[in-house]
Amino acid sequence: MSRTPVFFALLTFVVLVAVLVGAPDPASAVKEKYFDRSGNLVIEERSAAEALRPYKIKNREPEKSFAVPPAPFSEGIFPCSDCHADMEPNLQRRELEDMHTDIVLHHAEGQRWCLDCHNPNDRDKLRLVSGELIEFSESYRLCGQCHGVKFRDWKVGIHGKRTGYWNGDKQYLLCAHCHNPHDPKFKSLTPMPPPVRPGQARH
Amino acid sequence: MPDQKKQDDHVFRLSRRKTLKGLVAGLGAIALPSATASASVWESFFQQHFRELSKKELQEVLARLEKGYSKEYGKPVKVKATAPIEGVKFGYGLDLSRCIGCRRCVYGCVTENNQSRDPQVHWIRVVQLDKERGVDLDKAEHYYNPKKVPEEGHFYMPVQCQQCENPPCTKVCPVQATWTETDGVIVVDYNWCIGCRYCMAACPYGARHFNWSKPTIPADEVNPDTHYLGNRPRPVGVVEKCTFCVQRTREQPGRYPACEEICPVGARKFGNLLDPDSEIRYLIENKRVFILKEDLNTQPKFFYFYAT
Repeated sequence: MSRTPVFFALLTFVVLVAVLVGAPDPASAVKEKYFDRSGNLVIEERSAAEALRPYKIKNREPEKSFAVPPAPFSEGIFPCSDCHADMEPNLQRRELEDMHTDIVLHHAEGQRWCLDCHNPNDRDKLRLVSGELIEFSESYRLCGQCHGVKFRDWKVGIHGKRTGYWNGDKQYLLCAHCHNPHDPKFKSLTPMPPPVRPGQARH
Repeated sequence: MPDQKKQDDHVFRLSRRKTLKGLVAGLGAIALPSATASASVWESFFQQHFRELSKKELQEVLARLEKGYSKEYGKPVKVKATAPIEGVKFGYGLDLSRCIGCRRCVYGCVTENNQSRDPQVHWIRVVQLDKERGVDLDKAEHYYNPKKVPEEGHFYMPVQCQQCENPPCTKVCPVQATWTETDGVIVVDYNWCIGCRYCMAACPYGARHFNWSKPTIPADEVNPDTHYLGNRPRPVGVVEKCTFCVQRTREQPGRYPACEEICPVGARKFGNLLDPDSEIRYLIENKRVFILKEDLNTQPKFFYFYAT
């Protein structure tokens, strides 16, 4: 009976030592070794947490911002605050009669109007449903609220057009570069001339 | 008799020996290039196969070509021979649900790759197909010319070299003037091609084109950034084809092919098939994909897909 406290004290000590020595330190780095395509040995250091991650999550984060060219404004229209700064926002849903009469909404017009996307208090910003204000250069996030599948494809470069380098920096076109946000259906184009028929060729 | 002998000495008598001598000398003189021809004619005639050229010989060949083209078009023309990048196999994706048949790619390719304007050579053909029939190439319309595209009830399919993994064209070449590079691109050595056009007969996609006469390219439209195996101006009587713009894509960093860059709807995708993070891999793994004339086992690296 008298041996029991000593025994437990010893056991506790042994377990503690085992835990301290044997358990992996979460901050320690893991060395990953592999051969690249040229046959050179590559040793990469990663944190243990990184090494456990089963797949790469780059390109999957919604907050990531993408390199895009400037948003396609009509000439002289931006910044909106040039005119709107001194105007009292009119939150009444209505047909515009004084300005912007050239904009005919043909984009689920029965379900929305201007201030669903444009921010009433700071017109130089767009507004997400969540209330978050975003720049016009981030308008893909606004479109992505409804067009989630297209947004997903756009992020990986399948929907829409990317320019730049296939193995280097890429630039994404904004949705609005190809689709007029107020009338988004892609407009038809005049085709380039057809090829010369073989019979008509001159040799 | 002495008179006769005297006469014989002064009159030219044609003997067999004289005939042969004259014949050889005459034919030899005809075979020589005329006085106006430069030494480059000799050099190009005796040039080795591209893949057998030593580094020094290759430099000489490129310098000779650059000199010739620069003189011909009146501006400096660069001829590169950039080697394939290691660990790269090019693949191409084309979104049939996006293509509107505007033919921008056809003419973008012509300008980039110095194709002949007359007679006309187009490496890309866009065909108009019926939505109801699907991909039925017997009913394909190549010469459609409406005011606006796309037309109701139709879709459009651009066809160009499919860069097959199992290419019928390279197998039939009697002189091995065409082959697959390590990045998967099938190229032609225009200086080695004898113009037999077997490869054109073998290609099931109509992707190879023959220069029936000397290509005409307006000097101000010549693209001076050229590649030996790609878009350098071609001589008469050789076969040419799409090379995925080797002069652009093999750079570091590599530009996109010209057709990809000019497409107004973003239907064209290009990338490295060996890179799991590339666009082309994503679309193959996630979209509905088909390859053209799969039953022929040509194994194209050109993937038609539907993003929607």
